[in-house]
Amino acid sequence: MDLGTIWFLLWGVLWAVYFVLDGFDLGVGMLAPVLAGSDTEKRILLNSVGPFWDGNEVWLITAGGVTFAAFPGTYAVMFSALYTPLMLLLFALIFRGIAFEFRSKMETPAMRSLWDKIHFLGSFLPTLLLGVAFANIFQGVPIDKNGIFQGNLFTLLNPYGLAGGVLFVLAFLMHGALFLACKTENPIRDRAIRVAEKLWAALLAVAVLFLVFSAVATKLFLNYIENPLLFAVLALPVGGLLMQRVYIGQRRMLAAWTASAVTIAGVALFGVLGIYPALLPSSLDPAFSMTIANSASSPLTLKIMLTVALTFVPIVILYQAWVYKTFSHKVTEKDVDYHEAY
Amino acid sequence: MDTLMLSRLQFAAAVFFHFIFVPLTLGLSIIVALMETRYVRTGDEIYKKMTKYWGKLFLINFALGIVTGITLEFQFGTNWSRYSAYVGDIFGPLLAIEASVAFFLESTMLGVWVFGWDKLSKKMHCAAIWMVAIASNLSALWIIIANGFMQNPLGYVMRNGRAELDDFLALITNPYAWGEYAHVLTAAYLLSGFFVMGVCAWHLLRKKEVDFYTRSFKYGVSFALIFSVLAALAGHAQGNLVAKLQPAKLAALEAQWNTEKRAPLHLLLVPGDAEKGNLVEALPIPGGLSFIAYNDINAEVKGLKDFKPEDRPPVAITFWSFRIMVGLGTLFIALAVFAWIKRNDLVNQPRLLRALLWVIPLPYIAIDCGWAVAEVGRQPWIVHGLMRTKDAVSPVEPSQVAVSLAAFIVVYAMLGAIDIYLLAKYAKKGPVH
Ligand code: HDD
Ligand code: HEM
Ligand code: HEM
Repeated sequence: MDLGTIWFLLWGVLWAVYFVLDGFDLGVGMLAPVLAGSDTEKRILLNSVGPFWDGNEVWLITAGGVTFAAFPGTYAVMFSALYTPLMLLLFALIFRGIAFEFRSKMETPAMRSLWDKIHFLGSFLPTLLLGVAFANIFQGVPIDKNGIFQGNLFTLLNPYGLAGGVLFVLAFLMHGALFLACKTENPIRDRAIRVAEKLWAALLAVAVLFLVFSAVATKLFLNYIENPLLFAVLALPVGGLLMQRVYIGQRRMLAAWTASAVTIAGVALFGVLGIYPALLPSSLDPAFSMTIANSASSPLTLKIMLTVALTFVPIVILYQAWVYKTFSHKVTEKDVDYHEAY
Repeated sequence: MDTLMLSRLQFAAAVFFHFIFVPLTLGLSIIVALMETRYVRTGDEIYKKMTKYWGKLFLINFALGIVTGITLEFQFGTNWSRYSAYVGDIFGPLLAIEASVAFFLESTMLGVWVFGWDKLSKKMHCAAIWMVAIASNLSALWIIIANGFMQNPLGYVMRNGRAELDDFLALITNPYAWGEYAHVLTAAYLLSGFFVMGVCAWHLLRKKEVDFYTRSFKYGVSFALIFSVLAALAGHAQGNLVAKLQPAKLAALEAQWNTEKRAPLHLLLVPGDAEKGNLVEALPIPGGLSFIAYNDINAEVKGLKDFKPEDRPPVAITFWSFRIMVGLGTLFIALAVFAWIKRNDLVNQPRLLRALLWVIPLPYIAIDCGWAVAEVGRQPWIVHGLMRTKDAVSPVEPSQVAVSLAAFIVVYAMLGAIDIYLLAKYAKKGPVH
């Protein structure tokens, strides 16, 4: 495999890891209004993702950084074409991040409830925007031969883009609910499981719709038809979805969460493999697409980056795994009394 | 206004705002780590209280540092896409390395430190804050190497219509970047020292928790004293590099229009323009400028008139920012020395304490002036001698940038207000018992 292809795959994997990890804490943020009643319950939810969310968000920075490092041409065109949605995403993430730190430092219930709303929006908007953005990337966006975007925010809000948005919202809600089912005790755990059970049918329906829609509205399946072995990748989202239901029924919540992680990663990889060798297909003319060939860094840069990635990413995974293990206990009222808690 | 001007304003606003939080993170993380180390060594509970109290202020500051950093990372693509495509082969990897080597460690270990007080052994817990401190300071290194490339591009070749990486070692051993790193770190530590002293001063003026704040003060004054001296030395060394590598910036710093041997340093100077020269020029020290720039009173200093008009940086901003930075730097040394002498008798020094309280914002101003010198003085280049800022901007509609710029201003003003409110609130609250 050539360096460009290796980096293309790593690029896809990084985004998939980001969705899996930030997916559950964004999901928890969206679920808070339904799952938590009292102030203490709200704080239990925040603290259940407390030690993790920030480390998870760095995967986004890294995915962005790797796009820049390995495919600067794509980084340039993609990020300027998606200017407004990206800015919205960034502002939403700013508010979400400080909501963690600030909410519980507010004295009055009114201020706390304001920050709760901010936290909800700061979780919902990024999820929706990421879904819309990636569906548009899978479908192709109107970039011309100079890499200039011929459209506006509403161009992106096409039916397929919106379907992607809805899919992400449902998938992250599910992911967050399953996480809470693992990390909390009753009554929150019970509520989370019930929400997960209800969500599942909707998620399945939208996922199937998205898959069919992909066959109609995008060229994603061309790669699959050309190389039928790739269809194996579809086993990830499909199998993940089915296993979620089974495990939820058996109340094996960690297994269900893992299945949900596989589903999310599978959807991302399905799309990424479909657009290969483009990273940002042009909907105007395939010749205008940003591809490995016309946007990759020099072989030297790709080699140096590969060394860095193969050295440091495994180390990161090791210490992040250690963090998940260290903080694997169920979060309860006791944790909220803890002096440093959110 | 066009996309270029709007994007410059937006980038400047975003990066200045980010850098309000960065220096305190860099210095206070180390101070907190030193306090916790002392606690682990001696078992003395007061150091645990100190760790928690200063750690709280650190966390409030850190939260804003992180969220404002993320927008910067993406602005290279959203607002400077032509730049990103042109030098991305060199610049991109530095940002990606920063994320994978430093940001992961920093963010993950911070979570461990915050939530791990009763989950980890004392030593492991202390190790976590050291990791945060080390990772933050490492992240600064990588971003400054990236900035150093823009100031003094090295290790690249022009190929395929863009700058491509040729020599990674040359890139990361760029002397300009290391000089910048030394100056920025020392400036950040001195800022943190003054921050700690200022907060202590507020309590000592009220004679509250005197033991707690006197001990904390000693950390602050040590940092302020050591690093205000080192910052000045590093700044001077960086000035010598600027003279060698960016003579136009040097000329703008000193409003030097004509090329001169044995150039004087004017103690009183108000810059003017190329036509009429400076508005006020008095009290010359003969050979002074030649000396500070080249360590040789007879050296020739190239004047701005010998650069093409389109290659000259804006003089007024560069000049005044430089004056403010150096003036404040001198003040910091004097104040730190004085505070050091009086460190054991603080409660009887109300005037010193009041002064220290009001000095808290000054290092922030000095630091931002420093960046204005470095970045505005580099104009019209985005990468010195290689690419002009006007060629770097994204092909996006001005209206889009205008909206995001307005959003930045509103949101950041709000965040700044909340941050100051919370910092003041928790700083005044005193240690928990
Ligand atoms: C000299 C130091 C320095 C400078 C010049 C910059 N930063 Fe910064 N940045 C830091 C020092 C730092 C830090 C100390 O590591 C921060 C600040 C507070 C914090 O929490 O980490 C940080 C946070 C931070 C984060 C969040 C990291 C996380 O989630 O842990 C990002 C993405 C960036 N920065 C990106 C940038 C970019 C793109 C810059 C250039 C325009 C930049 N920073 C200038
Ligand atoms: C954090 C401290 C920094 C501050 C306060 C700062 C400040 C500024 C300012 C004021 C400008 C505008 C100059 C002008 O247009 O006249 C500028 C330009 C620029 N700086 Fe920095 N800078 C900082 C660090 C960095 C770093 C670390 C990088 C890159 C690694 C960087 C990249 C740029 C770029 C790309 C521009 C060109 C865009 C523009 O002209 O606005 N800056 N900076
Ligand atoms: C007292 C003597 C000082 C001298 C002689 C000095 C000198 C300089 C020079 C020549 C530059 C420009 C370097 C460039 O363009 O790349 C600079 C930049 C800078 N200065 Fe200073 N400085 C001093 C004090 C301070 C103080 C007290 C602070 C802050 C507390 C500070 C913060 C900065 C920063 C953040 C930069 C931009 C980063 C860089 O380019 O290194 N300086 N300084």
